[in-house]
Amino acid sequence: MAFVSSGYNPEKPMENRITDIGPKHFEQFYPPVIKANKGKWAYHEVLQAGVLKHVAESGDEVYTVRVGGARLMSVTHIREICEIADKHCDGYVRWTTRNNVEFMVDAEAKVKPLIDDLESRKFAGGSYKFPVGGTGAGITNIVHTQGWIHCHTPATDASGPVKAAMDVLFDDFKSMRLPAHLRVSLACCLNMCGAVHCSDIAILGYHRKPPMLDHEYLDKMCEIPLAVAACPTAAIRPTKVEIGDKKLNSVAVKQERCMFCGNCYTMCPSMPLADTEGDGIVIMAGGKVSNRISYPKFSKVVVAFLPNEVPRWESTTDCIKNMVEAYAAGANKYERFGEWAERIGWERFFDVTGLEFTHHLIDDFRDPAYYTWRQTSQFKF
Amino acid sequence: MAKHETPLLDQLESGPWPSFVSDIKQEAENRAKNANNVEFQVKQDVCEDILGVLELSYKHGRTHWKHGGIVGVFGYGGGVIGRYCDQPEMFPGVAHFHTIRVNQPAGKFYNTEWLRNLCDLWEFRGSGITNMHGSTGDIVFLGTVTEQLEEIFFELTHKHGQDLGGSGSNLRTPSDCIGEARCEYACYDTQALCHFLTNEYQDELHRPAFPYKFKFKFDGCPNCCVASIARSDMSFIGTWRDDIRIDQDAVAAYVGGEYPPNAGAHKDGNWGAFDIQKEVIDLCPTGCMKYEGGKLEINDKECTRCMHCINVMPRALKKGLDTGVSILVGAKAPILDGAQMGSLLVPFVKVEEPYEEITEVIEAIWDWWMEEGKNRERLGELIKRQGFQAMLDAVGIDPVPQHVKEPRSNPYIFWKEDEVPGGWQRDVNEFRKYHQR
Repeated sequence: MAFVSSGYNPEKPMENRITDIGPKHFEQFYPPVIKANKGKWAYHEVLQAGVLKHVAESGDEVYTVRVGGARLMSVTHIREICEIADKHCDGYVRWTTRNNVEFMVDAEAKVKPLIDDLESRKFAGGSYKFPVGGTGAGITNIVHTQGWIHCHTPATDASGPVKAAMDVLFDDFKSMRLPAHLRVSLACCLNMCGAVHCSDIAILGYHRKPPMLDHEYLDKMCEIPLAVAACPTAAIRPTKVEIGDKKLNSVAVKQERCMFCGNCYTMCPSMPLADTEGDGIVIMAGGKVSNRISYPKFSKVVVAFLPNEVPRWESTTDCIKNMVEAYAAGANKYERFGEWAERIGWERFFDVTGLEFTHHLIDDFRDPAYYTWRQTSQFKF
Repeated sequence: MAKHETPLLDQLESGPWPSFVSDIKQEAENRAKNANNVEFQVKQDVCEDILGVLELSYKHGRTHWKHGGIVGVFGYGGGVIGRYCDQPEMFPGVAHFHTIRVNQPAGKFYNTEWLRNLCDLWEFRGSGITNMHGSTGDIVFLGTVTEQLEEIFFELTHKHGQDLGGSGSNLRTPSDCIGEARCEYACYDTQALCHFLTNEYQDELHRPAFPYKFKFKFDGCPNCCVASIARSDMSFIGTWRDDIRIDQDAVAAYVGGEYPPNAGAHKDGNWGAFDIQKEVIDLCPTGCMKYEGGKLEINDKECTRCMHCINVMPRALKKGLDTGVSILVGAKAPILDGAQMGSLLVPFVKVEEPYEEITEVIEAIWDWWMEEGKNRERLGELIKRQGFQAMLDAVGIDPVPQHVKEPRSNPYIFWKEDEVPGGWQRDVNEFRKYHQR
């Protein structure tokens, strides 16, 4: 493994340095039919799950075949995507905002050969490489995060639970039978990278134990005031501790005021809190970002804790499947998950889903918590 | 024979959804074979070790990455997320496992030549594992060593004309919906605006100068396909201010069952024949529509442009022609003081090159937040701390009813001294002349 230089000279690092050139211009990557008809599209139709047709004012058509992507992917897999795009799509391909892959062709006759090719490709373990679906009133890809593959603050994994959940929800990726589209997302800690706070159903990694304190290193590794300021509930204060014969600057954590968010660890490496039994998953539901009919909504906590069950997170996937079926059975056409829950009332939501309502679900964070309690005599038995 | 046993991860190879485990294994095999004689610049068995460390995390139920990591390239203050394994002896291939964010093209359109170039570079100088794409939009190169960072950056910029994305307390990589490229709802060219602002603010993207992170996202219409309203500090959402265009013949075609409602999005459910009254008129949030005598009417003055009717009947109803964007500000995740969605700041502005009306708002917001924002305080939190009015003042925007969902219900109203006749400097003795103690 001999080092191969790119031409960069570490002796003169600023020489020949190119900066601030930004991304490539998007237009050079447009398929010709897109370039020719940009801004002049007349209408579209979903021909079947995973297949879209857009018709331009000129009469030109573009057919899009959407396939599921694992998001975490190898260059071998990307090269296979390129091979398919070369074979069927004149060398063009794109990704969606939910990390699906879209192949576009300019004639209907090209659609079936493309789909047949995509659906014929499987990994050695048997899973589809390019399942066609993810359109209309179904369940598309799960927006997710790094988990145990790359991050230092997670309370759960990302890729594993997502694979487990999509296997369970696969039929709804491949069909459009729901009242409206249903967005699932996952974040492995409550930094909520991605879309957990605004999804129909969300999986959120959560801790349940206060941080441990590495007193011996804390003042050397951390800016103590930043750790203090990182706490939303002011559970952290600076203090002095005696370790052996040394008096050290450190912090103290008022454990009954800590709600295990982990933000102090983000700021201070000497406050780790990950724990095998303590960590697990919170399920949230009812969020949306579109402005269609109702305003955008935050998702709400509906299950306070499910354990991390490697490798397939059965309690989590069972819970989600159950929620999807209750929604499919009870919601009106066009009604998003949160609109349905609000219409029937959250008490009825817990009724029909069979989810347990516990004290953890009642908001107790500062002034706004009051507005989530029920200031009315209107409720259902 | 794999380097590490992975009995737990192996169970994620079955089932229909594309298995990331199978994919990483295939990359591990390809690196072991090395059919193209690539002179790998990180360990050949890096993919084996990533599976190994992940399997250990599955066993422990805890992450095995050390806290933080500060690496990068000269000239920039961000773009690379450093990461080190906490069991480097067991998994030397991932002792360093840094992530490089590569700024994706707007709309995430690619040609295969370009993608292959990136793959060749990343196989040679990295792990061969990626995220397509990060939540903010970047192409993510997942896993390389510190010594390769400058080499990768040199090749990216010199050979491929491609820059890094953002990380840290700065402008992060902007991203957009597909927009006019392939959507009849788009009210402006999201790709053009995204690309323009990304380039306009390269300095703010590469060199952290802000109190905290800041994100732009561009949605072509209120359907929000890139979720700008929830996932960007400044959210640009396309809209229009004239009338929805109605094609009555096409409306009749929907009513007659000739065209599928919602472009066929509910094809696999049993919803019965299309009922325009039930599915459109009665669901309009403002009740501004009516369908009488085979004619659809919209009282556009009362329409809030929620998109529902257009979504249900895309061949009959079109957005208006006088289009622009609404700008909303302050969206963020929960840390520190609660999640926020964007709040409406500019109801309507035209999107026209050179976009001066838009850059003026951006820069006024930055001037205020860069001066007033506390350490690690998102824009949304500054707005909460100082008040929406303080932002309006700072940006020079007059208050309008559209700025609120409802007026305040508490009467704790601040007045500026100069708004009140006589000011605030008063003499209690003067008061006592008329009011005995």
